[in-house]
Amino acid sequence: MTILSLTNVQKNFGETQIIRGVSLDIVEGEKHAIIGPNGAGKSTLFHLISGRYQLTSGNIRFKQDQIENLPPYEIARMGLARSFQVTNIFPRMNVFENVRCALLWSKGYRYSFWHLLGRQRELNDKAMDVLEQIGLKDKALLPSGELGYAQQRALELGIAIASGAELIMLDEPVAGMSHSEAESSVQLIRNITEGKTLVMVEHDMNIVFDVADRISVLVYGEIIATDKPENIRANPKVQEAYLGEVPSA
Amino acid sequence: MAMLKKSAIWIAFAVALLGMPQIFDTILAISILNQMAIAIVFALSYNMLLGQGGMLSFGHAVYFGLGGFLSVHALILIEFETMVFSILWIPLIGGLFGLLAGLFIGSFSTRKAGTVFAMISLGIGELIAASSLIFSSFFGGEAGISGDRTFGPTFFGVDFTQNIDIYYVATFWVFLATLFMYLFTQTPAGRMANAVRDNPERAEFIGYSARKVRFISFCASGLFAGIAGGLFALNYEFITEENLNAATSGRVLLMAYIGGLGYFIGPIIGAVILTLMNSLLSNYSELWMLYLGIMFLLTVMFLPRGFAGLIMMHQVAWVRGTLTLLIKPYIITGVPAILFTLTAILLIEMSHTEDEIFHFLGMALNTSSSVTWVVALALFGCTFFATRKSLGQLNEAWETANAISKDEQT
Ligand SMILES: Nc1ncnc2c1ncn2[C@@H]1O[C@H](COP(=O)(O)OP(=O)(O)O)[C@@H](O)[C@H]1O
Ligand SMILES: [Mg+2]
Repeated sequence: MTILSLTNVQKNFGETQIIRGVSLDIVEGEKHAIIGPNGAGKSTLFHLISGRYQLTSGNIRFKQDQIENLPPYEIARMGLARSFQVTNIFPRMNVFENVRCALLWSKGYRYSFWHLLGRQRELNDKAMDVLEQIGLKDKALLPSGELGYAQQRALELGIAIASGAELIMLDEPVAGMSHSEAESSVQLIRNITEGKTLVMVEHDMNIVFDVADRISVLVYGEIIATDKPENIRANPKVQEAYLGEVPSA
Repeated sequence: MAMLKKSAIWIAFAVALLGMPQIFDTILAISILNQMAIAIVFALSYNMLLGQGGMLSFGHAVYFGLGGFLSVHALILIEFETMVFSILWIPLIGGLFGLLAGLFIGSFSTRKAGTVFAMISLGIGELIAASSLIFSSFFGGEAGISGDRTFGPTFFGVDFTQNIDIYYVATFWVFLATLFMYLFTQTPAGRMANAVRDNPERAEFIGYSARKVRFISFCASGLFAGIAGGLFALNYEFITEENLNAATSGRVLLMAYIGGLGYFIGPIIGAVILTLMNSLLSNYSELWMLYLGIMFLLTVMFLPRGFAGLIMMHQVAWVRGTLTLLIKPYIITGVPAILFTLTAILLIEMSHTEDEIFHFLGMALNTSSSVTWVVALALFGCTFFATRKSLGQLNEAWETANAISKDEQT
């Protein structure tokens, strides 16, 4: 079953066409990687899906609903969570608060000013669970702006996955991490997206071929191929675009 | 345990509020205490915007003033027996009107934070202040409007003729307002206000409309500013355009900033300091506004986290028990620093005065004699260098007191 469906999505910035008619179906439960050279429009595509940018034309459907041009908060409430390529956290709040805030809406608190957060046992336990998962439990009370880079990336991930959304979109979640940090993050991503749908932009081909069920290749705002990893590897168009960046074995 | 500690703080706060007039019981003291009470609620309500919600407002006096005007009108209605209830509840009327104004103005002003919000708040402030002079049936023109709090039913025999009666009314409302403003910070709406302050964009991706989060804080802030306005109406029994104009808005910003935006208690400290300066300093010097300005500048430059931040800086040393190491260094720096401040004040006052003989700290100084000036200037220079030189040892002591000891590192 298709959970997310893009039909002829286009995005212009001024005169320049950045996304040139992308159509893509994401199947429920799959792990889908989007690859492509820098500046291809991967992040822009994420922004269009998650409501940060308005579409120039086209349609996006999430589950049963048209979501193009809805504000981000409405899309998020429907169960689509995302992370950002450039770390995007709440720097003056501590690590625990960052994660707890990310949980609030999905736990039904909405804009409540009559619940005292300190008393919400289940919510607080859940937030601690997420911290445990992302390995930041002992940093819970530190202002998140004071975390190191890799830890901020972990928190970025934690905020995205906290709410337990059905569809999780991660934009270069392990970029800039050391090899071992990346490895444990990938393991973490695998664990938390168990039974969920994942769309991920990633540059490291080993990770992509390791995690993804299907891969889409985006080049200059167009998807030139969507297929299983082994077929993508063999695809001559992809090889041309990537000039041997794809591991051949 | 944490619960117990928190309750203890609130009980201490209540005891402090109730105990103040026992210790400071002169007429002047009671009048200052009343002003403080009003300022505390007002400054805390302002910090819901700036400190908690990241909204820089230049027009917060609007909600204070409108609450105050409606409260004076309520006093008038009580006086003419159109309404019958104890004036104890007047601040609630002020609060409701502040909330109403917040609902209306917030519905469009909270769309954006940053410069746009600041400019809109400035514009609204000017608009309301100008309107208050135009619609004189409600605002009373330049003279403002006045009421009389001694009508209406007594409350358990209290008829509110004395300032001290109003102090206890204020205490009741200050405690309640402070408690509720604190509790607000502990709710989803209050916490999301911090999140939106830090990063409005990301807040939207976790399900919250930044605009709506700001709107809720804005309304709550209007409510509490209105309560402060109601207390003002009870205390002074009159209100004028001055109480909702830009100068009042500026003063509440100063209070919150000098106290410390990042801490809940900051605006309380700021309100106390500024009220004291306002009411005491103004008796001694015409130039107190200048000193206030200098203090604001120094705070912005050297204490970006305000006085509350200055106090909190000592937490580490307090926990380690190394605070006593700082006493001597503080005295060594403090003495020349105080002397420097005094000579600076002396020079400023001597330049300002037109009297030939200037009285300062029990000394009669001849302002037309160059000897006085030379000595004062010399003292100014010496104390400045002494203060600067002493900073080194204070720094060292600070490092020692805050250094992580070997066994803590492991
Ligand atoms: N807000 C914007 N305004 C104008 N151009 C943009 C904007 N955002 C992205 N672009 C351009 O769109 C192209 C695709 O960017 P991006 O989606 O970030 O690529 P990728 O994530 O694939 O590296 C780039 O050429 C970039 O300069
Ligand atoms: Mg990108």
